[in-house]
Amino acid sequence: MKYVDEFRDGDLARRIGANIAHEADPSRDYRFMEFCGGHTHAIARYGVVDLLPDNLRMIHGPGCPVCVLPIGRVDMAIRLAFERDVMLCTYGDVMRVPASDGLSLMRAKARGADIRMVYSPLDALKLAGANPGREVVFFAIGFETTTPPTALAIRQAESDGLQNFSVLCSHVLTPAAITHILRSPEVQDYRTVPIDGFVGPAHVSIVIGSRPYEGFATTYRKPVVIAGFEPLDVMQAILMLVRQVNEGRAEVENEFTRAVTREGNACAQAAMGDVFEVRESFEWRGLGQVPASALKIRGDYALFDAETRFDLDYRPVADHKQCECGAILRGVKKPTECKLFGNVCTPETPMGSCMVSSEGACAAHYSYGRFRDIPVVSS
Amino acid sequence: MCLALPARVAERVGMDHAIVDLGGVRKRISIALVPEARVGDYVIVHVGYAIGLLDPEEAQATLQLFAEMSA
Repeated sequence: MKYVDEFRDGDLARRIGANIAHEADPSRDYRFMEFCGGHTHAIARYGVVDLLPDNLRMIHGPGCPVCVLPIGRVDMAIRLAFERDVMLCTYGDVMRVPASDGLSLMRAKARGADIRMVYSPLDALKLAGANPGREVVFFAIGFETTTPPTALAIRQAESDGLQNFSVLCSHVLTPAAITHILRSPEVQDYRTVPIDGFVGPAHVSIVIGSRPYEGFATTYRKPVVIAGFEPLDVMQAILMLVRQVNEGRAEVENEFTRAVTREGNACAQAAMGDVFEVRESFEWRGLGQVPASALKIRGDYALFDAETRFDLDYRPVADHKQCECGAILRGVKKPTECKLFGNVCTPETPMGSCMVSSEGACAAHYSYGRFRDIPVVSS
Repeated sequence: MCLALPARVAERVGMDHAIVDLGGVRKRISIALVPEARVGDYVIVHVGYAIGLLDPEEAQATLQLFAEMSA
């Protein structure tokens, strides 16, 4: 496919890898966090780690919306389906996220709840139109990439006069999460999670632009390089980060210029601003309560807000005691440092959220990297 | 989750929609977030919506940069 295949060329990747190894200072370590699950997936799937020098480590960040979705939010969706008899629609990634009582949306569906997997919020709108006698709720999750489509779906429901459609909004904000990580004691003390720079989001940045990251460069002195989700993009961004660190710079640079501008997509930002406002606080799996880090539906669109419509309350639920998703999402631990990894917890039977989505650090490592951990023994 | 793919606009349908071609697969999407998209443009498609335009000159410049570096 055009604009995809060219950015996956193996020979070029090896050459960029050689340049990184050549320019990286052997007397120091480099630790970069890739915020997005899309980058985590690309790094694991294409074996980018194998092309990096030993003194350069990638730390997986919390930018996988499925992974940071707390149990309590999934419970809300399941309660809606079981107790309020709604037709609950959501993205495929959300279906297997573990919830309370050994349930997930998938298991709730198996027990008779009316849960539908959709590709687009438009599909949920269609279901609402086709089933006027049913309450249809779209369980909306995701970062700024996924938020503008939800905003447009709500506006369309209003203009179509749909009376039976509402949204359980769990959209979260990228810059707030990065700020939270930068302020965490692990990073501030510069002991447990030393971060020398960030690989910045690809598709989120198409929407919000590169400007929101400028504060991280100036206030926290951390370089940020926005990168596309293809392996060559990631490699090039890592090289740009190594150069910034070597030269003592902390700037926002953009590797993904073919899709990202400084200002972002004004039309998408306007739609989000019209329909949503910032929540005072929101619970993230792994990060806990993060102030001003998520969106809720504005009062003007209250009719389409499932939380108002069904008078829902949020009840926080603790994660499985031995699950290390929290520490993994903060970059404090690696997937292999979790006791459950690869035995009790696998992509087929995930215990924690990082094993659910292919973008989660655990699922990515399980699928593409777990055999690297086993030493090769020659006979 | 943030998976999005570049697809070529093959046909505009009304004000807000378009048929895109994605490696031979044709699909109807909303272009309400990228109203400036024209036939022949590449848009980035996510959950049934174009969320941005792809700049072919910048794409070429980035590829050129990879090639020059490796020379």
